[in-house]
Amino acid sequence: MTSATPTTEPWSVLDAAGRLRQDDRVPFGADALDLRAAYRDMVLARRVDTEAIALQRQGELGLWPSMLGQEGAQVGAGSALRAQDVVFPTYREHAVAWCFGVDPVQLLGLFRGTTMGGWDPRERNFNLYTLVIGAQTLHAVGYAMGIVRDGDVGTGDPDRDRAVLVFLGDGALSEGETNEAFVWAAAQNLPVVFFCQNNQWAISAPFSVQSRVPAAERARGFGFPGVRVDGNDVIACHAVTQAALANARAGGGPTLIEAVTYRRNPHTTSDDDLRYRAGSENDEWATRDPIDRLRALLTGGDHSPQIDEAFLADLAREEEELAERLRGGCRALPVPAAGDPFLHSLGSMPRDLERQMNEHLAFVAAAEGDHS
Amino acid sequence: MSTAMAHALNASLRDAMRADDKVLLIGEDIGPLGGVFRVTDGLQKDFGDDRVVTSPLGEAGIVGSAIGLALAGYRPVCEIQFDGFVFPAMNQIVTQLARYRHRSEGRISLPVVIRIPVGGGIGAIEHHSESPEAYFAHTPGLRVLCPSDAQEAYDLLGQAIRCDDPVIFLEPKRSYWSKGDVDPSAPAVDMERARIVRPGDALSLVAYGALVPVAVKAAGVLAEEGREVEVIDLRSLSPIDDATVVESVRRTGRLVIAHEASQTCGIGGELAARVQAQAFYELEAPILRVTGYDTPYPASRLEEEWLPNVDRILEACDLSLSH
Ligand SMILES: Cc1ncc(C[n+]2csc(CCOP(=O)(O)OP(=O)(O)O)c2C)c(N)n1
Repeated sequence: MTSATPTTEPWSVLDAAGRLRQDDRVPFGADALDLRAAYRDMVLARRVDTEAIALQRQGELGLWPSMLGQEGAQVGAGSALRAQDVVFPTYREHAVAWCFGVDPVQLLGLFRGTTMGGWDPRERNFNLYTLVIGAQTLHAVGYAMGIVRDGDVGTGDPDRDRAVLVFLGDGALSEGETNEAFVWAAAQNLPVVFFCQNNQWAISAPFSVQSRVPAAERARGFGFPGVRVDGNDVIACHAVTQAALANARAGGGPTLIEAVTYRRNPHTTSDDDLRYRAGSENDEWATRDPIDRLRALLTGGDHSPQIDEAFLADLAREEEELAERLRGGCRALPVPAAGDPFLHSLGSMPRDLERQMNEHLAFVAAAEGDHS
Repeated sequence: MSTAMAHALNASLRDAMRADDKVLLIGEDIGPLGGVFRVTDGLQKDFGDDRVVTSPLGEAGIVGSAIGLALAGYRPVCEIQFDGFVFPAMNQIVTQLARYRHRSEGRISLPVVIRIPVGGGIGAIEHHSESPEAYFAHTPGLRVLCPSDAQEAYDLLGQAIRCDDPVIFLEPKRSYWSKGDVDPSAPAVDMERARIVRPGDALSLVAYGALVPVAVKAAGVLAEEGREVEVIDLRSLSPIDDATVVESVRRTGRLVIAHEASQTCGIGGELAARVQAQAFYELEAPILRVTGYDTPYPASRLEEEWLPNVDRILEACDLSLSH
């Protein structure tokens, strides 16, 4: 079987030129999404990403995994969530974090080396970034099991029914744990949606190293539906995620969404992508930019303009304010105390660990004394 | 010729692949990228993608298929991208790789090498600075090696690949770009033996991997005070060469052991138990350990102080010498 069968053509309603097109597979039309809000979210989230890269270049961050080009997939998915839903991200879901209300300054601490996590996941059901590929897929499954036991699925009460949205990359499809998560989710018909951003690359490994068929096609083998959507079409991404989450909340079980997109920057700021892929490939995907395409629609396209100069000027101002807040906020992130790792290891400190901590604190104090 | 450890490892892989066409490499991103530390740089270009295999993203797959390849007569060298990502492969390592020889009553050995960059001090995020050596050393059926400089890296990796037993090969990532002289034609050392890096009679100071140069620096400071410390580089963490250490302690009467890994159930505790059993009456001071603390590895802004450094080693040496 080749991967070019018509059923695997990604679902899409907004083409690369920003024109709406008919695709009956997409469950909702453009009116299901607040397009101006989605545009604003994509632009501001991209600015978070751009600023973080700049901060890394200035030595303020050790590393940054850029999401450039993936804003359509992430804002599409992120804007489909309800407050009671739960997100398990990888380390690249900066725009989902944005949509779910995580302060972007808090995204920086992990990469600045001032914290192991950065935010309180209990505040808004957005869990900490997971760096071990695939591990979070099983956490999502377990959380969904909890939701079922709490009776928060299939009640029909829109404020009560919940679902879990878990993110993974195309590389993560190869980890055993991810496949176990698919098995568990299917066997128990759990309220979990797997959102795979197939950005074509797992560091230097092209998608063909992980799979001979589109990711979405795997779902059927596990026993639940898979949807392959144009990841640079924020409208379609929103629609399929909203439908999948609604189905999960109603007790209909899991869905695997494969958002076909592209990681336009190197894997992280430490990576050198031109060692393994052609710059022309990056340029080609730049022409399918999710933000450009929505702007084209909103500023003209098929309809009367939905955003005007004033809207764009306001947004530009908002961007600058955000950037300034990020730069200041990053430098002001609190440096952890030498005792923190000891305090955060166990619920109560064993005597020997306390002895180690006291020894360490005395050593640090003496070293500081020497330096002053 | 002065060579960075990463380049010495690359040369060692290249020479092993030239010498034996059954040697092949498997790992994530080891092809055109050359691995995230560039240790396999250029090897896929020169040996082809049959012998330098970019694996799917899965560590159980890397080690499990290496076991199958070894059963088929190949000598696979696996690369695990970072220390913190070896754990999905632990099942294959502990229940299969380490036990095949035992299970087959000595008939079948698995010449598999698993290369893992280890240790901290590079300002990385979580899972990129771990010291998992004790898990492996605690698993019977594995050999565990950890070079401390470029020559040792070249030499020990070549021996690991030629060895018929499974070898966990720990590469101190902080030392990848440290340069040293490498002579590929130097006679091979006994890979089970520790090395006396700097002789002395005042105290025995044992380290391995990235802490060896730190220990040498501490010994330099003590030498200025007129105390000659003997620095020993363990090289092999399993089997562990207690004989060399015991022999040294018989002369010095004092032992300080340094490692980055957490203290509890670490290599230092094992070595201390062996030394006190064999040199109890020659010891003039308690055996001391300078180690990472019993916490998960901290955020990078704290790592400089959390890691054993020259000052902490000196403090322990002073304490030992004060007895
Ligand atoms: C278990 C594990 N193995 C290896 C790594 C090293 N690593 C970090 S990101 C990455 C590639 C991930 O690719 P993908 O899942 O497609 O996500 P993307 O980075 O493209 O968003 C690898 C191999 C890891 N983090 N965890």
